[in-house]
Amino acid sequence: MNKRISFSRIRESRLFWVLTAWAVILGFNALFVPEFFRIGIQDGHLYGNLIDVLNNGAPLMLVAIGMTLVIATGGVDLSVGAVMAISAAMGAVLINPAPGDKLVSNEILTRNATNTPLVIIVIATLAAGTLCGLWNGLLVSRAKIQPLVATLILMVAGRGIAQLISNGQIITIYYTPYFWFGNGYILGLPVSIYIVTAVAILAWVGVRKTPIGLFIEAVGLNPKATHYSGISAKNIQLLAYTFSGFCSALAGLILSSYVHSADGNNNGLNYELDAILAVVMGGTMLSGGRFSLLASVLGAIVIWTFTLSMYALGVPANALLAGRAVLVLLVILLYSDRRLIKRRSKSTPTAVQSQDEKPGLPHP
Amino acid sequence: MTQRLKLSVLRHGPLLMTITIFLMAYIIGAQLYPAMQRPQAFFNLFINNGFLLILGIGMTFVILTGGIDLSVGGVLALTTAASAALLNLGVSPLVVMPLMLVMGTAIGLGLGCLIHFFKVQPFIVTLMGLFFARGLAYIISLTSVTITDPLYKYLALTPIYLPFFAKAYIYIPTLVGPALLVVAIYLAYFTRFGRIVYAIGNNEQSAALMGFPVGRTKVLVYGLSGFCSALAGIVFSISLLAGYGQFATGVELDVIAAVVMGGTLLTGGVGNVIGTLFGILIEATIISILQYNGTLSSWWTRICVGVLTLIFIGIQSGFALRKKK
Repeated sequence: MNKRISFSRIRESRLFWVLTAWAVILGFNALFVPEFFRIGIQDGHLYGNLIDVLNNGAPLMLVAIGMTLVIATGGVDLSVGAVMAISAAMGAVLINPAPGDKLVSNEILTRNATNTPLVIIVIATLAAGTLCGLWNGLLVSRAKIQPLVATLILMVAGRGIAQLISNGQIITIYYTPYFWFGNGYILGLPVSIYIVTAVAILAWVGVRKTPIGLFIEAVGLNPKATHYSGISAKNIQLLAYTFSGFCSALAGLILSSYVHSADGNNNGLNYELDAILAVVMGGTMLSGGRFSLLASVLGAIVIWTFTLSMYALGVPANALLAGRAVLVLLVILLYSDRRLIKRRSKSTPTAVQSQDEKPGLPHP
Repeated sequence: MTQRLKLSVLRHGPLLMTITIFLMAYIIGAQLYPAMQRPQAFFNLFINNGFLLILGIGMTFVILTGGIDLSVGGVLALTTAASAALLNLGVSPLVVMPLMLVMGTAIGLGLGCLIHFFKVQPFIVTLMGLFFARGLAYIISLTSVTITDPLYKYLALTPIYLPFFAKAYIYIPTLVGPALLVVAIYLAYFTRFGRIVYAIGNNEQSAALMGFPVGRTKVLVYGLSGFCSALAGIVFSISLLAGYGQFATGVELDVIAAVVMGGTLLTGGVGNVIGTLFGILIEATIISILQYNGTLSSWWTRICVGVLTLIFIGIQSGFALRKKK
């Protein structure tokens, strides 16, 4: 009974930290950039910085959902950015109305037409990313390569593959139906947000309404014990990495549709760190174990709120890298500090009395 | 006798494999493109990849302790941007260079402290270091800054003609990498520091129980890597005569790949600096073959490096399995 209450407290505290961080950033905005909160209606849909947070942050939220499951199994997926680039390149190449070595004129290239039906483009893009995820999963679960290294390989080679697909060019997309994913609106809200919600619900049902979520946590906490209790740790890992690949592919699709182009070098650049940051902010330990999908999505929202507020303040995009690094540092210190406090209170004799008070957690 | 031979082959297997693959790659290249048979083509490997070698040496020590340093490219870029800005302000290069080395070492030590005292995984701390350093470089200047300092120009443009080889030359900064390699070999094999690095990589807990200064060594190793990154940054800015936050993007992966190809295990404790030299030479050979070919595009380098890393990790786990038996 007591145990159950403390578990729910931990989960509460997870969302608590993310929400606090968000509140701090929003509070800062309320004081210094009040126009950040302005939401207007244009052409029948909402616009404003808060809507942009949702729309621009959608790829990161997707990647963070996939990354959460991978990190919960005790691994990490560094290849997400490269997989995004691969899927973006895949989509752009299939659209390209002038395939092969045909004589291409500017008029043909900039035509609002496609070479392949949109459905097939979407399926092929997602399949490419899912295959990448499957490859990572096979390397980690079957070949027993450390996750860091296994995904590093695709992180290096992936951008090369993306450039191979797009023949080293930045492909600009002129096919308007493709833009719907990143720029379209349903009932006044961006399409991307519906996609994120759908994937999040799918993932939540998958991990919380079936035993898969429990298995993932078990693999993250102790793979050996999981193996001996008859759960196939291998297949759970494979599933997590494949799902992460699928999420990255979807993110790449939305991103390339939003920026109207595919660039093997820059699509999804630095998404690895952002996604890890979002997951860590959501309270999932990098060593694996318990996770929260909602907290990770909130973490992604916090990152984009921070980014867009800095833009609103006029900080140049490139210099913002340093700002985000400071954010990572703060999160690292915050979490490790909590762990240190816990450990210290265990080791010092005075803490023996206060041990059941669970130091480091907020009291309700 | 055969038992002994077998053991030593198993022990040095990865290194021998690396050297063989380098020789094979170079010989194939030389057969395909006769221009690669000239000695100058070989020295060009060092001229063009001197900074990689310097980064690789620092990275080898970090990986030997079982850690990883993803911040090398960032510190390198920050060094080029900061030194270009300072030189343009009229600061003497003799002040700028030591200052940059101190800065790099300080960043490395800072990251090391975060890793050791706050018990955070090295890869996330150093990933943060990468972002932080690149961000600082962009704050210094959003565009590429040209260096016009006479000393830098002298260092960049004065060839040293080598004895024994006709018309073969290198530049002064090219010598930094090999010199550092000698120092690194001394550090790794003939000092307490080096032995403790190996001990930590094999088993951190037993190293601590044996009374080794584990914390100090770990922090120092990241400091060394930061120092190497700054040194590589100086070499890089001399060879390009410019400073920019976008220099050497993705170089950390090339360096890690080279270290892995050199036979250093990413779990730590096994490997050596000489292997890293050959790992980098393999990468350099691939790049120059692609350049000599001319029709193959640059992205093949990345794919090749990825595939080679995969192969070497496969070989490593093969050797590790056989050793266990």
